[in-house]
Amino acid sequence: MIQVLKCTVNGKPVELGIDPRESLADTLRERLGLTSVKKGCEVGECGACTVLVDGVAIDSCIYLSVWAQDKHILTVEGLQDENGELSPIQRTFVEEAAVQCGFCTPGIIMSAVEIVGSGRHYTRDELRRLISGHLCRCTGYQNILNAVERAVEEVHRTVGK
Amino acid sequence: MYDIASIYEAKSVDDAIRALKEDPGALIIAGGTDVLIKVREGKLSGCRLVSIHGLIEELSGVVLTPGGDIEIGPLTTFRQVAEDPVIRARIPVLGQAVDQAGGPQLRAVGTIGGNVCNGITSADSASTLMALDARLRVKGPRGEREVPISQWYKGVGRVDLAPYELLVKLVIPRENYEGYTGHYIKYAMRNAMDIATLGVSCLVKLDEQRRIVDDVCLAFGVAGPVPMRSYGAEAAVRGLPVEQAVSAIGKAALEDVNPRDSWRASKALRLQLVEELSARALAEAARKGGAAV
Repeated sequence: MIQVLKCTVNGKPVELGIDPRESLADTLRERLGLTSVKKGCEVGECGACTVLVDGVAIDSCIYLSVWAQDKHILTVEGLQDENGELSPIQRTFVEEAAVQCGFCTPGIIMSAVEIVGSGRHYTRDELRRLISGHLCRCTGYQNILNAVERAVEEVHRTVGK
Repeated sequence: MYDIASIYEAKSVDDAIRALKEDPGALIIAGGTDVLIKVREGKLSGCRLVSIHGLIEELSGVVLTPGGDIEIGPLTTFRQVAEDPVIRARIPVLGQAVDQAGGPQLRAVGTIGGNVCNGITSADSASTLMALDARLRVKGPRGEREVPISQWYKGVGRVDLAPYELLVKLVIPRENYEGYTGHYIKYAMRNAMDIATLGVSCLVKLDEQRRIVDDVCLAFGVAGPVPMRSYGAEAAVRGLPVEQAVSAIGKAALEDVNPRDSWRASKALRLQLVEELSARALAEAARKGGAAV
């Protein structure tokens, strides 16, 4: 059975036929080719499939696509600016060497987008807790935390001006 | 792709009840963080689902009634409960408890109603809702009824929901939280993304001098097949000075609980946790209430 899903993905209105049994991760990857959305555990434990739905980080592997009706979805593909340049958050991940195999990276970056976008300051422990829904099996957590911390600070500096 | 036979998206609570009546074998799905994982594991393969995910207006949100009761819509996510100003001001222990379920992405989707309806003893909200003696309002074809949470759990994964019934409200009566301070301790192997080896929630009401335990409510998750209150321990320490109560509550609680050996932890460890964490939870709850312990 095919159902019509209308929503906004990375700023663009999208209308497509989906199978109501699909997870949002299925739809984003298979139908829209957004392969930054990784399928890791597929039971909401590893965070590799994290995307923002209406600005909130969720595990897209345990979210049915039919629930995304009329919602705004953001993936890593939607972060670059119009010239294809990396976003400040992506840049801090590169500069802090927070990427090893890269599988967990898109998910963590999406959580970081929500964290940075909150406009608040966080202690390192608070940040640790806020990214605790992600597993990095390369175990590069220190650099990941450094990157998220720096992204938060940098955005504050630029917004503060 | 999930192995689901069908999914119906209910338009309202009444529509969901109607859909359940038409298809008595169908299951309710709310946040999906539990049901979808069971589908993935094969435990619910081929299930038919009635989704109430979209019934935000009817079933989500926290309301402080004019009488001072706190009403929580079952679709309120863990995150919304933890961030809600009414919860933070009046029953912070509940926010603290639900903030320990899974990880941030799961808490943004998983609901407090689902946590109560799946009937799981390790549910992070359960022991605190037991300590608060929450009332659960359910709606079925013949209207609404209210069940005290003490009579809600019927066995592992079974709750007092008749076919075609839906949880529509969690009510925390004013007299059950006013004047109390509380503390929840989740013991697990990891700080995030883990299931409680044991959960303890303790509410305490102190006398005016902050020295005597006027009342205490102690509840556990994973200390038995379903979440439970420890009425024996409560009676044993009621009226005692705080320090004496803290040293007595653990041993007294051992009389009430019935944990089991599982691959997660042995019965012996769980008993040790019951004894030790009861004392710690009471001490911390009393500290929040102004006691010098």
